[in-house]
Amino acid sequence: MSKKNLKRLDLIFKNEFDTEAILAKTLVRSHDEIINDLISSGLKGRGGAGFPTGLKWKLTADNPGDEKYVICNADEGEPGTFKDREILSSVPHKVLAGMAVCAKIIGAKKGFIYLRGEYKFLVPELNKILDEFHALLDKLDLAFRVAIFLGSGAYICGEESALFESMEGKRGEPRNKPPFPAQKGYKNMPTVINNVETLAHTYSIFKYGPEKFRDLGVKDSRGSKVFSVSGDTPIPGIYELEFGMTLQKFVDDFGDGDAKAVQVGGASGFCVPRKKFSKTVIGYQGKLTGVSLPTGGSMMIFNSSRSMYNVLHNYLDFFVEESCGQCTPCRVGTQQLLLGVEAVKKGEKPSSYLDKLLDLAETMRITAKCGLGQSVANSFSSIVENFREEMIY
Amino acid sequence: MSEVKQMVKELANQYGRSNESLLPILQGIVTKELHISEEAMIEVARELDMSAAQVYGTATFYSFLDTRPTGKYVIRVCKTITCMMHGKNQIIRELENLLKIRLGETTHDGVFTLLETNCLGQCHKGPAMLINELPFTELTPEKVRKIIIEYRNREISAN
Repeated sequence: MSKKNLKRLDLIFKNEFDTEAILAKTLVRSHDEIINDLISSGLKGRGGAGFPTGLKWKLTADNPGDEKYVICNADEGEPGTFKDREILSSVPHKVLAGMAVCAKIIGAKKGFIYLRGEYKFLVPELNKILDEFHALLDKLDLAFRVAIFLGSGAYICGEESALFESMEGKRGEPRNKPPFPAQKGYKNMPTVINNVETLAHTYSIFKYGPEKFRDLGVKDSRGSKVFSVSGDTPIPGIYELEFGMTLQKFVDDFGDGDAKAVQVGGASGFCVPRKKFSKTVIGYQGKLTGVSLPTGGSMMIFNSSRSMYNVLHNYLDFFVEESCGQCTPCRVGTQQLLLGVEAVKKGEKPSSYLDKLLDLAETMRITAKCGLGQSVANSFSSIVENFREEMIY
Repeated sequence: MSEVKQMVKELANQYGRSNESLLPILQGIVTKELHISEEAMIEVARELDMSAAQVYGTATFYSFLDTRPTGKYVIRVCKTITCMMHGKNQIIRELENLLKIRLGETTHDGVFTLLETNCLGQCHKGPAMLINELPFTELTPEKVRKIIIEYRNREISAN
């Protein structure tokens, strides 16, 4: 193992017990000031899509609606991600404070934490914290209430419009966009929906100001990011790091010395092979491999004992089950990709069949209705192109 | 009033009768009855004044809403990538041996159901499983044996 060369940060998980003071200080500021702070901090959505948070709040505040909602997306389902659970168990008040400030700005009276069913065991503790928090809001004279809405085991409900459908008692099938949640979200009302980590970051920005946040990271990727590290690593767990590191540095710190690939962004993200480690930068704007695309912070390391065919097969199996089945490219595409790689592996199809499958994945990227179907191509193409032999032999 | 009717009515009183109450009510039925029967679905539709087809559609979409009878304790072993890498197959084999059932089946006494599930968000502590809503992580065959014995003892002392 090489020496630790990445700076560990402690912004999110530092427990400071000053929620009341920070909220009291922030709630009296003008809405424009707060939004400008968020925009200038450079904070982008930490669920993966990376939409500027300040802008999201502003758009929702500007859209008219009889009722508005703030929703915390805690439907953390991406394979290899577990940071939101940790944030909600150790610093939930930061997330709630972010929701409260957002509610005041956009004019929402109600908020929800959409918690994935797999995390139901967190509910008793969260309810206790909610009671305390509601008492605090009363003291600060803010009419806002947060409730927990429990999911029931559907990956797709992490997609924001599927999440709204689910809350409305329907199958979790994504909607067409536009309209976006800022226009028509939950119950067709303007809604801010933010990832758990994003909301926790807003708290740090209220507390320390936008500069401190902006000082971290590179170019368009500002601030720190919580990474969920798993796979072939001696030190799996949750780490807060700065944006802008190369994958090589990451692997030097976290790998077991034999890393052959890193899956950045979970099953819907990209698989980066060893030879591209030093050229790949983690952040929203990396050009070389696609790490500029959604990463919720899932980092899975595979060492040379792993079969990348098995890895891909596991992902495809996952997508086949979790595809909502609404649009044909995704429903049929995921199944055909799975059958296709199995056929090539067994020798029932020639290796050139992989090129047809790559075309199919590309077609899904263009034609699928939501991010799930579109992003299957990310992992599929990056694994098949970089580890083609493993798919065949 | 039948038992199911009574239960659905109570849940509707608790969660409300709007569309937004549907998922909480269905989750409540699973907590009480272990699965959502057709009778319960029809009753929910009547209580919430929506079509039974909508209730069926929603109930069958979510993997944690069982629409077939299950055991009292549903064991869901994570089968997603990092748990697979860290030996979930061994865990499943151990559970199959202990419970004398195959994946997807329920023990004859109706106590345990064994299923696989997708990512539980415990990837750094794999292999992982849920028993009802409680997570168990960093599983080994020995650990699994202890857990199952504990649950069985609890059943014996409860009866």
